Amino acid sequence: MSSLLSIKNLGVNFDTARGSLEAVHGVDIEIPAGTSVGVVGESGSGKTVMCRAAMGLLQGSNVKRSGTVIFDGHELTAMSKEEVRNLFGSGMAMIFQDPMTALNPVRRIGSQLSEGLRVRLEMSKKDAMVRSKELLELVRIPNPTAVLNSFPYQLSGGMRQRVMIAIAIACNPKLLFADEPTTALDVTVQAQILQLLRELREDLKMSMVLVTHDLGVVAGNTDYVAVMYAGEVVEYAPTTKLFADMRMPYTEALLESIPKVDHKSGTRLAVIAGRLPNPTDRGAGCSFAPRCKYAQEKCHKEHPELKKDPDGHLYRCWYPIGVAL
Amino acid sequence: MLVSDRGGVVMAGSGTAHMRNTVDSVLTVRDLTIEFRVAKDKIVKAVSGLSFDVIRGETLAIVGESGCGKTTLARAVLQLPPPNSGEVVLDGTDLTLLPKENLRSARTSMQMIFQDPISSLDPRMTVHQLIDEPLEIWDRGTRAERDERINNLLNNVGLEPELVLNRRSYEFSGGQCQRISIARALALDPRVLICDEPVSALDVSIQAQILNLLQDMKDQFGLTMVFISHDLAVVKAVSNRVMVMYLGKICEVAPPDVLYAKPAHHYTRALLDSVPIADPTRQKKTELLQGEPPSPMNPPSGCRFRTRCHAASVRCAEHEPELQEVAPGQFVACHHPIV
Ligand SMILES: Nc1ncnc2c1ncn2[C@@H]1O[C@H](COP(=O)(O)OP(=O)(O)OP(=O)(O)O)[C@@H](O)[C@H]1O
Ligand SMILES: Nc1ncnc2c1ncn2[C@@H]1O[C@H](COP(=O)(O)OP(=O)(O)O)[C@@H](O)[C@H]1O
Ligand code: SF4
Ligand code: SF4
Ligand SMILES: [Mg+2]
Ligand SMILES: [Mg+2]
Repeated sequence: MSSLLSIKNLGVNFDTARGSLEAVHGVDIEIPAGTSVGVVGESGSGKTVMCRAAMGLLQGSNVKRSGTVIFDGHELTAMSKEEVRNLFGSGMAMIFQDPMTALNPVRRIGSQLSEGLRVRLEMSKKDAMVRSKELLELVRIPNPTAVLNSFPYQLSGGMRQRVMIAIAIACNPKLLFADEPTTALDVTVQAQILQLLRELREDLKMSMVLVTHDLGVVAGNTDYVAVMYAGEVVEYAPTTKLFADMRMPYTEALLESIPKVDHKSGTRLAVIAGRLPNPTDRGAGCSFAPRCKYAQEKCHKEHPELKKDPDGHLYRCWYPIGVAL
Repeated sequence: MLVSDRGGVVMAGSGTAHMRNTVDSVLTVRDLTIEFRVAKDKIVKAVSGLSFDVIRGETLAIVGESGCGKTTLARAVLQLPPPNSGEVVLDGTDLTLLPKENLRSARTSMQMIFQDPISSLDPRMTVHQLIDEPLEIWDRGTRAERDERINNLLNNVGLEPELVLNRRSYEFSGGQCQRISIARALALDPRVLICDEPVSALDVSIQAQILNLLQDMKDQFGLTMVFISHDLAVVKAVSNRVMVMYLGKICEVAPPDVLYAKPAHHYTRALLDSVPIADPTRQKKTELLQGEPPSPMNPPSGCRFRTRCHAASVRCAEHEPELQEVAPGQFVACHHPIV
């Protein structure tokens, strides 16, 4: 399988008042065409920054990016802002946790949706409106004409996310970055949006990077999973492999902390005590060591290097689960 | 049909078969109706004839989709604002009948924690001021006594007093803000704590920490709790009784282990099916609940869930189902319950 997106040794540093903040470090991921890849980790672990860097979106003066990103044969890391922007829409597109921040609150949905089509695809006003309505039907909005005439605040959170998806898929992108698209929604609406994304991926032959903090969401919606901790991808494997045979103590802890419907009521939830290390001051050893129940002396002193099982399963741990030492 | 004092037509409720009517009930809500007039001839029927009771030391979970009336219900229990009709009896006193002054002091024994941990704390106040405020207003002790109380509360919720006392809410993460909110809510030693989606805005690992903390605080402070959520998985660990709501009415009430193992209402079943399963080999192939709840301005006749229910019959449109006991402690309002 060929890679649609290939990320090699990606690093992102921000210059801040408190010194250099290493938000992403040494990320290596290959995303095969036609697949869905989950990126999971706690808040602040670097999921959004990693995705934005992979899309070539982080180009501020206080940002230092290192490594290479190759998308569909183009080396993004060597391209100018304009060249990267041209890849948007038909190459890559993205949706976010809070659609409200991405939609203009004072313009009707129809004009926001059709504007992109007119600019990008040079459609006439009339054609763009017709296509906008089709797009709303494609994302299963039951009353597309009414929605075209609505303002964002008149729609429910789930409907707004459907509109965002319609905007994102308007130019048939090859890769959709979905950054916590369902975190702000009810479980019932979350299930609907995830189903919609599954169907669209199939119909449009689209790949997807699905960012979430919930391993439950990852399980039914991805082919591969990257687990992030403190700016690093600490484990990367096919989804079924990850759940059946995980290597990282962090992944295990993350899975145990999910409240499950088949737990007996009144049982205490497992927690990951403590929190992420300060990103401006990571220390020498494994970043997870202060919270890890398997940590040994070496973990506090030496940073674990990336290891690879013969089947391609990647992890960063001195004492991985299920591996005889 | 009754006509409420604000001009709306009060709909019949889903019944009272689940009421336990015991002297141990700390909070009893009877026939509560809350409606908002949003235009001349438009009335939002947020909560319609709803009753429930919470027994001392119990945690009642209230679960339902966004917009089903959970927050409105919680606020009406606190008389913020008071309901259009119905009773809210706290320790034998009907709050809806109390004059304003008495209400203020009665309300100190019932506190609420909100969904958005960061914006529910005043960013201009330090953590010390935030927790001191209720103590000062109600004149609980000398300066030194209050300071000691604040330190104890912070320790209880797992925060280091020296590290947090002089900082403000925007300097903290969502999980830490929720800990501060809990400390503040406990300051006056309430008997009842109402938590409105306290973990919905937090990520999974922090969620578990806050759920455990609430459980610890309940034991330590002898609290009676109402815990609101849209996610059935979240409430399982912390509740003794679960009440499922849809469009301002009750669908089902049962102890958690019964409700999760054998849901009797079609809506409960749908809510359970929408919880993601963290196991790629056990993905469900069930039909998803389609669409969104209809507008509470114009709720469907009969069973309010019928427009999305695959088991709906003519009877469901014509007659409103009332709660009936289908198994010990399990009450369901449905004409064709799942058996
Ligand atoms: N523009 C910026 N300047 C400085 N630091 C930043 C910037 N953007 C992000 N960071 C920091 O980089 C780290 C990673 O942040 P990121 O937003 O990628 O986390 P995340 O995993 O997406 O979290 P969440 O689940 O909360 O969305 C954090 O410590 C964050 O504070
Ligand atoms: N002040 C208000 N004016 C008009 N409608 C309101 C008001 N407060 C709540 N509502 C409506 O009442 C219904 C229930 O809302 P809410 O209690 O916030 O639901 P939940 O907390 O379950 O998400 C919704 O339709 C909401 O729009
Ligand atoms: S390297 Fe050590 S501390 Fe880090 S995850 Fe592995 S066992 Fe835990
Ligand atoms: S079967 Fe009828 S009464 Fe029962 S939930 Fe469905 S619509 Fe309501
Ligand atoms: Mg993010
Ligand atoms: Mg609410």
